[in-house]
Amino acid sequence: MLAPVTHIIPLTKIRRARLLPTKGRVVVQVGQIVGASDVVAEARQQNQHTLVDVQRALSLASAAETRKLIDRKLGERIQEGDVIAETGKIFRRVVRAPVNGVIVMISNGQVLIEADRPPLRIKAGLEGEVIEIIPEQGVLVETNGALLQGVWGNGKINQGLLVNLANTPNEELTPAKLDVSMRGSIVLSGWCSRPETLDVAAQLPLRGLILGSIMPELIPAAEKAEFPILVLEGFGQMAINNIAYKLLTTNEQRSIALNATPWDAFSGARPEAVITLPASAENSPEIDVFTAGQTIRVLTPPYCGKTGILSEILPGLTTLDNGLRTRAAAVRLENSQEVTIPLVNLDILK
Amino acid sequence: MIDAESVLAVEIGSTQTRAALFDVVERKYHFIASGSAPSTVDAPFRDAGECVHLAIEDLQAVTGRKLLDKDSQHIIIPGKADGSGIDRMAITFSAGPTLRVINAGLLDDVSLQSGKNLTSTAKAKVIDSFGLSDARSTDQKIDAIIKAEPDLIILTGGTQQGASRSVLKMVELIMMASRILPDDKRPEVIYAGNRMLAKKIKEVLGKWLSVHTAPNVRPSIDLENISPAEAVLTGVVTRIRYNQIGGLQTLGKRCSTPPSPSPQAFGRIVRFLSEIYNPNKGVMGVDIGASSTTFSVAVAGGLTNKVYPIGLGNHITNILDLYEPAEIMQWIPIPINEETLVSYLWQKSITPNSQPLDQMAMAIEQAVARLILRHAMQEINEKWQEDWENEFAFEPILAGGAVLRNAPTPAQSLLTLLDGLQPIGISTIILDQNNLTASLGTIAAFNPVLPVQVLESGAFLNLGTVICPISKARYGTPVLNVRLEHENGLKETFQIKQGSIVSLPLQLGQTANIHLDALRGTEVDPHGKRGGRFKIVGGICGAVIDARGRPILLPKEDGRRRDLLKKWQKSLESN
Repeated sequence: MLAPVTHIIPLTKIRRARLLPTKGRVVVQVGQIVGASDVVAEARQQNQHTLVDVQRALSLASAAETRKLIDRKLGERIQEGDVIAETGKIFRRVVRAPVNGVIVMISNGQVLIEADRPPLRIKAGLEGEVIEIIPEQGVLVETNGALLQGVWGNGKINQGLLVNLANTPNEELTPAKLDVSMRGSIVLSGWCSRPETLDVAAQLPLRGLILGSIMPELIPAAEKAEFPILVLEGFGQMAINNIAYKLLTTNEQRSIALNATPWDAFSGARPEAVITLPASAENSPEIDVFTAGQTIRVLTPPYCGKTGILSEILPGLTTLDNGLRTRAAAVRLENSQEVTIPLVNLDILK
Repeated sequence: MIDAESVLAVEIGSTQTRAALFDVVERKYHFIASGSAPSTVDAPFRDAGECVHLAIEDLQAVTGRKLLDKDSQHIIIPGKADGSGIDRMAITFSAGPTLRVINAGLLDDVSLQSGKNLTSTAKAKVIDSFGLSDARSTDQKIDAIIKAEPDLIILTGGTQQGASRSVLKMVELIMMASRILPDDKRPEVIYAGNRMLAKKIKEVLGKWLSVHTAPNVRPSIDLENISPAEAVLTGVVTRIRYNQIGGLQTLGKRCSTPPSPSPQAFGRIVRFLSEIYNPNKGVMGVDIGASSTTFSVAVAGGLTNKVYPIGLGNHITNILDLYEPAEIMQWIPIPINEETLVSYLWQKSITPNSQPLDQMAMAIEQAVARLILRHAMQEINEKWQEDWENEFAFEPILAGGAVLRNAPTPAQSLLTLLDGLQPIGISTIILDQNNLTASLGTIAAFNPVLPVQVLESGAFLNLGTVICPISKARYGTPVLNVRLEHENGLKETFQIKQGSIVSLPLQLGQTANIHLDALRGTEVDPHGKRGGRFKIVGGICGAVIDARGRPILLPKEDGRRRDLLKKWQKSLESN
């Protein structure tokens, strides 16, 4: 059976496409080394338009007559106050551009101006080398290093030194544990349940937060936070899984890039942390099939976030204690507990 | 005698893909078996071909019948003399993101409401609406359309001889916004307004967009007719999905009829049943999926189909927009706190394929299913009272969805449905235990015999005949005397008290005559019937009398409430 893979891996080759949602301009070159927060491509934002009704403004009878008086071309850049159209010289009447922008449409005696806005910018999302330019769309960035994929992210990107505030994988992050020495760093902790913790993190400010889990009621505040928040396991008060905890704590004080993009199963975008390392590695597969001996993680309560070894795929359908009949596996958890888990409640860690 | 042909029906769901085989056995069509695989519509595959292939391989393993060629690359169509392959193939799909729709029309409670109703028949969401009362400037509206990133614009408005200028202004707005969108982001357009304008609108917008015209959803101000436009919408949704779901179009070319969205195919079967069953009753179909729930109700061939963007997978947290956690918790017969409940729902939303691992998880998912059904049923009842001035009894109620199929006992499935739907009168509740309804709806397009014969076969599970009397009597008061006359001559009598749910001892498939004698003003159906004698067929849970009243009121005290929930379940499991 096909098995989803979550990468929690100390060394792998990581290649990511960073693409604009619309046509734009790539601002880096092949071979360039970029940081997670570096802009790699930008595009005009299409979200503010101004419609100038020239025909009405000049009290003209027809759109055709108006078109003759519009002394501008499609795609032309104009500044606020520039003349768009004017009538004859004796009783001269003028229509001027109300904003800076580009003319995107001239139709039916009307001119539509796309106002100048700060461009939409796409960041690299990880520290690495630009290996390919995709004209007008974006780039491929590649690096080698540790990769940790999460289950939830707040959409922000940043990079900083990793600071561990979790003496155990299950330690709560509280406001008292955050102080000015952590300013500009990316903090690791078990879970977060208090809104004031996020407030203090913003005030310092942190450059990012990696958590095992977060309480659902903090999601709106986490989404508003200016720094990236990456959640590795899910929602509630769950510890970071032991494999991720070990990997992160052994890389403390290293530079770590967080791309906390929301998980979109359809597109495959996934929140992740990357620690670039001076070594070369091979790609890791995105999908696998379940087989005995694999390192797995349980995705749902009551064993959510627990890792273990898949001992055996049970034949046919198995009846669980709750009466559900399903395809399942025997799993030996890290604490040596033997449990039966539906295959669809597992992912492979590699 | 029928012209025998084997049919492979594939259902591409958001989490699972199933391949079901139908063939002729003893001169009648039967469901033979099904195979399944996790859907591969999402990354990293982004291609339906892979999961369809895997589901067929699973089906091959179950049946031993060769369906793929020697390289396992292609489906063998048509079937060969050696028994390998299949003659026909049909595909339904519910996978794919919720479609983003702009609703443009004239009056809020007329054409815009009809556009909204049309949207609700598909797995789609209205992102923004534009009508005559919209105070935004033209440039603000253009920006709103661009920001919405619509897959589809539904344009309605104008009765057959009515407004044209306002509709054309709306066309101009759509045209302006669309012209500045990149080619690959331009939405499809359905025009379902004043027919006199259809040609002109197609000419104007057709330069920039794919325009599909449908019959007017509001031929007159007080008449709504969505069905013809729904058929057009079905085609447009399929077209959009061809672009979104890799491999679907290629698979579609091998099918005997174009792939169909599952809700429409599901509704087709519900409508079909309403044409052959009692015209005084409605037929109801519910299908609780991972990302959406389909609710279909039909009376004498007239279908109302609605897709709710709540399921038991990635959209499960949408239930929190409709109900407080406490309302969900009141249907859970195990002590639970709000934090555990809400965390579970969020966790499930990021692991939509997962199954309930313990009693608590099972109870939470069944509680959410109850409230999804409750919400849909309340909407239907409101509409019914507007249109028919009365509530309806449904015969049958056809139910599907993994939460019902995978319940540990049929009694749990039945109780989930009774608690959620809270039907009144006399109904038969049928469980689609093999997830076939939508597939049959698509197959009906080229083989109308097959669905009929499969529906009559044992592929669907009769959960039971249910009798839900309406009474204002006090709790514990006798409301119904029942005499059950079995085929073997055995006669049994029962007295039903208000507040109880009772399973009468009737085995699956056995028939019996039942005599009902209503007491204290109790009515046994919405038409005020006070009793009588009629024949019933036993389901897997026997015949059930649900005298718990409507709506069902639960005790406020947690312990008593949990005991009562357990007692009700035990009552149905006693048969």
